[in-house]
Parts: sequence; C-alpha cells; structure tokens
Amino acid sequence: MIWIDTLVQGVLLGGLYALFAAGLSLVFGVMRLVNLAHGDLIVLAAFVILSVATALNLNPFVAAVIAIPVMFAVGWVLQTYLLNRVLGDDILPPLLVTFGLSVVIQNGLLELFSADSRKLTAGSIEAESVSLGGVTVGVMPLLTFVSAVLVIFALNQIFYRTKLGRAFRATSDDREAVGLMGIRPNNVFAIATGIAMVVATIAALYLGIRANFDPSIGPARLLYAFEAVIIGGLGSLWGTLAGGVIIGVSQALGAAINPEWQILSGHVAFVVVLLVRPRGLFPRSKD
Amino acid sequence: MEPILSTHGLTAHYGDFQALFGVDIDVRQGETIAIIGANGAGKSTLMRAITGLLQNAPDAITLRGEGIGALSAPEVLERGISMVPEGRRLFPSLSVEENLLIGGHTRTGNGVWNLETVYEIVPILKERRDHPGTALSGGQQQMVAIGRALMSNPDVLLCDELSLGLAPVVIKEIYASFPKIKERGASVVVVEQDIGQAMKIADRVYCMMEGRVTLQGRPDELSREDIHNAYFGVAS
Repeated sequence: MIWIDTLVQGVLLGGLYALFAAGLSLVFGVMRLVNLAHGDLIVLAAFVILSVATALNLNPFVAAVIAIPVMFAVGWVLQTYLLNRVLGDDILPPLLVTFGLSVVIQNGLLELFSADSRKLTAGSIEAESVSLGGVTVGVMPLLTFVSAVLVIFALNQIFYRTKLGRAFRATSDDREAVGLMGIRPNNVFAIATGIAMVVATIAALYLGIRANFDPSIGPARLLYAFEAVIIGGLGSLWGTLAGGVIIGVSQALGAAINPEWQILSGHVAFVVVLLVRPRGLFPRSKD
Repeated sequence: MEPILSTHGLTAHYGDFQALFGVDIDVRQGETIAIIGANGAGKSTLMRAITGLLQNAPDAITLRGEGIGALSAPEVLERGISMVPEGRRLFPSLSVEENLLIGGHTRTGNGVWNLETVYEIVPILKERRDHPGTALSGGQQQMVAIGRALMSNPDVLLCDELSLGLAPVVIKEIYASFPKIKERGASVVVVEQDIGQAMKIADRVYCMMEGRVTLQGRPDELSREDIHNAYFGVAS
C-alpha cells in the first residue's frame, strides 16, 4: 500500500513539474526558442501574486486571477521588444539573451524583495485531504495535478482547434510563408509568450503555496521543466505532462527508498529515458 | 485601361548581387500575364519584390496607383495581392483544409472564394480535407497552394513556377482550372519556364533575361525567333 501511496504522490507532484514545463514547451513548439529565463519568470510570477495578495489582502487564488493578465502583458512586451529581435536562424543569440534575462530577473527580485524566503498562504485548504480508493491525498497536490491536466488540455485545444493555434503551427513551420497569408510572425510569437506566462503564473501559484520561494530558485525550476519537456518529446504538450509525471514518480520512489535520493532519482530517470528514447517519448515527427 | 498593378524601374538586390535592373510591367484588371525566362532571369525575385518579401522604394510598385513597394508581405496581402510561392510551401503541420483556411486568415468580408468554391474547382481536396497537406501528390499539393492563395480573395494572384517538378499531364490539369479562376475576376500573373504553356494561357507575355525585361507582347504577336532571342539572348 505504501508503494501505491508513493506512486500517487509522485504522479501529483508530476503535475507541478508539468505546469513548470508547459509554458516552455509551448514557446519551443511555436518559435523554437529555448527560454533559459523560464524558471525565473515563474518566480517573478510568484512574487507578483504575493505582492497583489499582500497589498489587497487577498487569497492567492484571487490574487493569481489579477496576476494572470499582468504576466500575459509581461510576456507580450518581453517577446515584442526583446526576444523577437534576436530570433533567427542562429539559436545562440536567444540563448544568450534569455540567460542574461535570467540574471537580470534574479537580481531585480533580490533588490526588490531581498533574499528572504517567502510563501503564499492559502488558508486551511493547504492542510485538507481527501481519500481516493484507500489512498489519502492532499487537496492542494490534487488541485495542482488537475490544473496541470486542464492547462495542457486547454493548450492543446488552442493549438489544434482555433484560428490562433493554426497560426501558431503554421508560423512554426514556415515563418516567411505565413507572411504571405497575412500573418505577422512577431505578433504570433508575442501572443504565444503571453500565454506561456499565463501558464507560468498558474505554476507559480501552486509552487508558492506548496513550498517556500526566493529570488534564487528559478534555475532549478527550469531544470525540472527542461527535463519534463525533453522526456515528453520536444513540442508535444501531452508528452510534457507525461515527462512531468515521470520525474515526479521517480523522485517520490527515490525518496521512499532514501530521502537523500529524491532529487537524484528524477535526474537519473531523465538520463535513462534519453538513453532509451533520445528524442523523448512523443517527439513531433519533423523536429 | 489603367493597370491595376505596375512596377516602375524595379530593382532588387541580394547583398551585393543585383537581381533586377529596372523592370517595368503592367497588369490590367482581369488579365492573365505570363512571365517567362530561363533559370536566374529574375522572375521569382520579381514575385518576391511584389509580395513584399523583398523591400523596395514605395513607388517602385503600385497597386491601383498606391505605392506598395515598401510594404511588408502581410500588408501587401491585405491590399489584395496573394501568391502561390515557388515550391508550394504548404504547412506540414496543417491538414489540407487548415492549409486552405489559413490562406483566408485575415479576410473579413465575403468574397467569391471560400472553402466551398475552392472544393468546387478541385473536388479531390474535399475528399482529402483531413490529410496532412504534404501527404498529397505534387499536383494536388499545388492545387492546395493555389486554393490557399485564392482564399484571401485577391485582386491579383501571383503564381510562381506552378509546373516545377510536375508531370506534363498534371500541369495541364492545373492550368485547366485557370479559366474558372479568371472568370471570378482576379488578374493572374504566372511565372513559367514552359513557354508553350505560358503562350496558351496568357493574354500578354513578358520575357525576362538577367534581371531585365527583354520582350513583351501578346502571344499571337510574338514570333518563335523573337522569343528565342529574348529568352536566351542569342540569335537562333
């Protein structure tokens, strides 16, 4: 029974990792941009939620609703005025710029909020649990996982069922040819990054309620996100969810054997998947 | 009749290399123009310049008298010029129907061309609507590319090297759809290496060589010798 419990906790934790990774996956899928500042942008979103919650004395869930349009705007502006300028055939400039952005965000947050560890407090819901067929699970982890599934489902619907999603996929295929269709790739990219930041804000909400955060933790979140995206296969959103779950389950199993092995187990699972399936579990055929 | 689309001393450069040297062409309402010439004559560059993929001086290209030379590709499309690009350039991630729909991405009004009317002239596309665009035969892909360009209801349709890489029988089928396209009102400009084909469909022909227009006229006015000289630059 304890193993089933561990497995379930691992799956639920995987939901959080999938939320970290979904925005990264979306941006890579649309514009082949690896955003090294993604983890720091999640932390930035957590501080935005914290600031709104503190200033207006709101529950973090309500504060997140206010933070979401703010972060969409941040993503849009970032893409329009910074990242679009460096996107091109060469993959190195965007890597360097997003690496620099990561440093700027970390130090900016440090200046504004100090290095103190913070947390979002959601009240009694944090301690509540429900029983699912003999396994007791926390309401927050369950909510996190359900949110991850809904987010991935929603992103897939946008990608494959809407006019915007059609523009996303076409722009990803051929940036010049979409111009002949009247589509402006830079606008498409700005909207995609805006949506990625909305997802990052949802991830930040659950990150901030689950654990402490401070300006320095972004890069580690990026690492988990990366691993989830790569395990799932670049550009596949459901694959990203699977990748998150694999890391979560590996960490939970590792921790059950020896608490010191928790983080290591996740990374080992990543390496093993790469050894067996170098292109990830569900790669898009043309990548 | 006033031309709907004109170029005026159009030049184009790729870095230091000059590809067009003062090209003047006129396209009138409802006309079909063929631009012929050997590889490297500058035909495709001319198409890229008109559609905004290459930037130019504003007045080097005019559409209904408005200078459009400095506009971007999306802006040119919004003013009523669409293109079937060389090599078709279908979107592999999109189905046949999505490829058609994205051609009408920015349309607002009701024009003659929509999914129904495109399927009417190429019924096979309706059957294959859910297939990936790039899973079709070359000829069918070309029809998707033409349909996609029509979906924006252009006033001027540019077709760059429609017959490239296709079997003669397929080329014939593709050009068989042109009268139906023309009768719905668009002016058409085709870039074609196949002189015979160009002569059959065009109201007027421009021949290009080394970035310049070397000959123009109605197909019935031009002798084989004129064309040969203009095409290859040598007397036959």
